[in-house]
Amino acid sequence: MENTLSTEPVAKGSTGADKKKRKPVLNLLSPVSPRQAIILGIIGGIVFFLIWEIGHYMTPEESKRFLPSPQHVLSTLYTLLTEKGFLSDIGISLFRIIGSFTAVCLVAVPLGIFMGCFDNMRALINPVVSGARYLPAASFIPLLLVWFGPTDTQKMALLFLGVIFFLIALILDNTRAVQKELIEAALTMGASRKQIVFGVVARAATPAILDSMRNMIAVGWTYLVIAEIVAAQDGIGAVMMRAGRFLKADVIMAGILTIGILGVMTDIAFRLIAHYAVPWNRKRSN
Amino acid sequence: MNAGTQTHSHSSRSAVIRSVDAARRYLGGKFTAVENVSLDFMKGQVTALVGPSGCGKTTVLRLISGLEEPTEGQIFAGGKPIEGPGPDRGMIFQAYTSFPWLTALGNVEYGMNILKVPKAEARERAMQWLETFHLGDFADAYPAELSGGMKQRVAIARTLAQNPAVLLMDEPFGALDAQVRWEMQEMMIEILSREDKTVILVTHDIQEAIYLADRIVFFTSNPGRVKHDIVLEFKNGHRFARKEEMLKQRDYAEIEAQLFVWMREEIQKTG
Repeated sequence: MENTLSTEPVAKGSTGADKKKRKPVLNLLSPVSPRQAIILGIIGGIVFFLIWEIGHYMTPEESKRFLPSPQHVLSTLYTLLTEKGFLSDIGISLFRIIGSFTAVCLVAVPLGIFMGCFDNMRALINPVVSGARYLPAASFIPLLLVWFGPTDTQKMALLFLGVIFFLIALILDNTRAVQKELIEAALTMGASRKQIVFGVVARAATPAILDSMRNMIAVGWTYLVIAEIVAAQDGIGAVMMRAGRFLKADVIMAGILTIGILGVMTDIAFRLIAHYAVPWNRKRSN
Repeated sequence: MNAGTQTHSHSSRSAVIRSVDAARRYLGGKFTAVENVSLDFMKGQVTALVGPSGCGKTTVLRLISGLEEPTEGQIFAGGKPIEGPGPDRGMIFQAYTSFPWLTALGNVEYGMNILKVPKAEARERAMQWLETFHLGDFADAYPAELSGGMKQRVAIARTLAQNPAVLLMDEPFGALDAQVRWEMQEMMIEILSREDKTVILVTHDIQEAIYLADRIVFFTSNPGRVKHDIVLEFKNGHRFARKEEMLKQRDYAEIEAQLFVWMREEIQKTG
């Protein structure tokens, strides 16, 4: 066929099939509406549980208890919560992560902004900080046990060490990414150094800093569980470790599920904070 | 060459900015951005700095702003040597610099807050400036909700609200499309008819330079130096509210052609 416009009249009906060109499923740069996103998300979740269910179904009968079905894990979780005092373990884990992550932010946010604003401070501090990122935090566990014993402090210290160097590095980058002209504009308006650091740089970097915090608290959960698995009487990780000794796969999986749910909830919490704390950064679509 | 009259004929007026043999070199003197710059910028005069890319015209503006220091020579503002940036020399950048976390109103208030203007007065004056720039209905809008031209108007209003003696503009309309740029140029003429400002404008748009400026300083590159300094006498001190009125002037085309010839010489030199 020639690739020219046809002047011939086209018979009615025959065009229907041609005109309704099906869009491919994978479309570059094609946006998804919030409603579609929710539906797709639910479908994804269903598929995940389906695969799990199939896995359970295909497992030989004698091993089935090592890969319990989703509904079994959910009922175990329910029992844990209502009868085994799991809620207090969750509370303890939450206390540890919130406490230590708050401490991390109190150090990393001011320090990262400070280093991002002043190049000489960056040159002074950054080699140590970026080097420290390569020290595996888990290798500090024996040392922390020697120092603090199997206490809350030990667990929070591990989480602190595991997260802080990365968060400093991220906030340093967030600060340095602030458009130079914003600072220069403030300078030409006569703003003081203090006014620029707090009123311009810190504010301009806030959305990116909140994103960095949101990403790093996810990593924080990893260290929390590591700390609780190694030496703890309470907390989600300790419950899972105890269950492991008795080969209770359902309890372990209920623990993993709980951490996943809590992780998603902290993520949502951070998004909400960002939504209300930096209203000017909301994606606006008319 | 028909370089016109030197600006020093403005003897009745005083120099607001005076540059005395200023130079800016980098890499310990190995690279010269600009040198031998001796220019007087007269009160109320609009001067356009024009020249090929890399001729140092933006560097000159940044030296006057105080964001950079000359490596040689000296620059004076109001008779005093410049020591860093200050609100007496307001600067407009090509990049949008209205603060995204402040509303249009908040942005215009910002500069006045720095100058410790009482809150109520700052608000009232900020609203007036927004009205002047046809942004009255957008006082509560964040920059993310504004078009490029509107963001730039917010930035200009914010700077003018500080009432600087000198307005430094670094390719202020360079990021805008042709129609908006034209609107902004006419708006600047309107503003300048009410505010007697000394303006130094860096632009690569020759038509814009001739339209807005009373005087054009042409720079050559490698090293950056002043090559021509002309007063646009065909305007006879008149600023045209409508651009087409200026374009109709008999001498306009001649000046424009002259500037293109100078630009071509520069381009061929580096060719």
